[in-house]
Amino acid sequence: MLNYTFDWSTITSGKYFDWLVSGLITTLKLSAISIVLAFILGLVIAVMRMSHNKPVRWFAHAYLEFFRNTPLLVQIFFWYFGSYKILPAAVNDWLVSTNFEFAAAAIALTIYTSAFIAEDIRSGVLSIPKEQMEASRSAGFSYLRSMQYIILPQAVRITIPPLVNQFLNVAKNSSLAMTIGVMEMTYQARQVESYTFKGFEAFTAATVVYLVLSILITALVNIYNEKVLNVHKAA
Amino acid sequence: MEPFLNFSVISDNFTYFMIGRFPHGPLGGVGLTLYLAVVSCILSFFGGMILGLFSISRFPIIRYPALAFINVVRGMPLLMVIFWMYFLLPALFGKVAENNTVIMALTLFTSAYMSRIVVAGIEGIPKGQTEAAISTGLASWQVMLYIVLPQGLRNMIPSFVNQFVSLIKDTSLAFIVGVSELTHVATQINNRTMAFPTEIFIFIAVIYFFLCYAFTSLSRWLEQRLSWSKAI
Repeated sequence: MLNYTFDWSTITSGKYFDWLVSGLITTLKLSAISIVLAFILGLVIAVMRMSHNKPVRWFAHAYLEFFRNTPLLVQIFFWYFGSYKILPAAVNDWLVSTNFEFAAAAIALTIYTSAFIAEDIRSGVLSIPKEQMEASRSAGFSYLRSMQYIILPQAVRITIPPLVNQFLNVAKNSSLAMTIGVMEMTYQARQVESYTFKGFEAFTAATVVYLVLSILITALVNIYNEKVLNVHKAA
Repeated sequence: MEPFLNFSVISDNFTYFMIGRFPHGPLGGVGLTLYLAVVSCILSFFGGMILGLFSISRFPIIRYPALAFINVVRGMPLLMVIFWMYFLLPALFGKVAENNTVIMALTLFTSAYMSRIVVAGIEGIPKGQTEAAISTGLASWQVMLYIVLPQGLRNMIPSFVNQFVSLIKDTSLAFIVGVSELTHVATQINNRTMAFPTEIFIFIAVIYFFLCYAFTSLSRWLEQRLSWSKAI
């Protein structure tokens, strides 16, 4: 069976503990930036997807299908290794002058997640009775303004639980950023493992962090569902 | 003038992208991607079925461990599961081939998600079915096996296909432990040729897209095709 001596002191204090903490901070930073940008982008794509203009609608549809049906890892590699040939020189210069690994991971996560968020928002909007739209159009609002003042404020309220879950997904997905050298949680666990050979301890620590994050977020969603939306879990 | 994007790197390495060094060496590329996805899908179908049934068992001693396992795995990134398997399996069983490590990780991970589909499928069958079956004298395992599951499974099919799509995408993570599936092959060719990363990653993104989109469409078609069963 398992022939291994556990030594938790390596990772609970000192240098390796600091590494893991800095990994957690990077994970949270990367996820927070990506989810905010993904929400904005997702909102735009969702509105485009429901537009009455055919080319706009088709573009949004193609965007959704393409980014949802390609692995995130490939998208990260594309932005990190391959994007320089298709981006304008000014953008490339700016990206290289910042922390490029972090930027590439954030771009990939934003675009990947925005496709999922757009679908969440769209199902939120579809759940709003269409009389709301008809009423606001007859009151003289344009399509975009009806969306802005009437439909989206109601839809977003329903969409908050799936959006919060998306944040959890982003936090988990951000672990893929380690493949291009972003020093987030999983990267640091791996790093501690290679410096100390204490793989089980390091991975346990990282696993516990992800679990605590997911338990906290799931609890938040449940509270929101019960207090704000008055949805009670069946049995 | 040089063309903007030069896709000759794709045509030069096309066979390698598709099947790796097969038949003269191990299978790789798209072939290995599909192999990993199909094997893990079949295994996690059974894994998900067992976990799902355990998680709604009447006996707390079965139910709680199953629920704990499902929630722990669902709270972890897949990459973490792969690393766990990568370190845990050799410690337990000695040397394990990388392909099997990845299959094991994908199976555990996907089983946890499949179990939720199974539970949802079972709960979607009206209670009257179970009550009727019990009153005809069937034991509770017979009710599940002969009455509820056959109807539930049919509703689960579209979700299973969606899960298979996720699996195809997830196999790209096998790259991290050096399994030469499509993404790994792409990074290899990229490292060797140096000059065509854009072309290579666009190409494999398109391949993944067609694979996944085909199955996404299948699942949508199945959903419509099987929707009459919702009428019960």
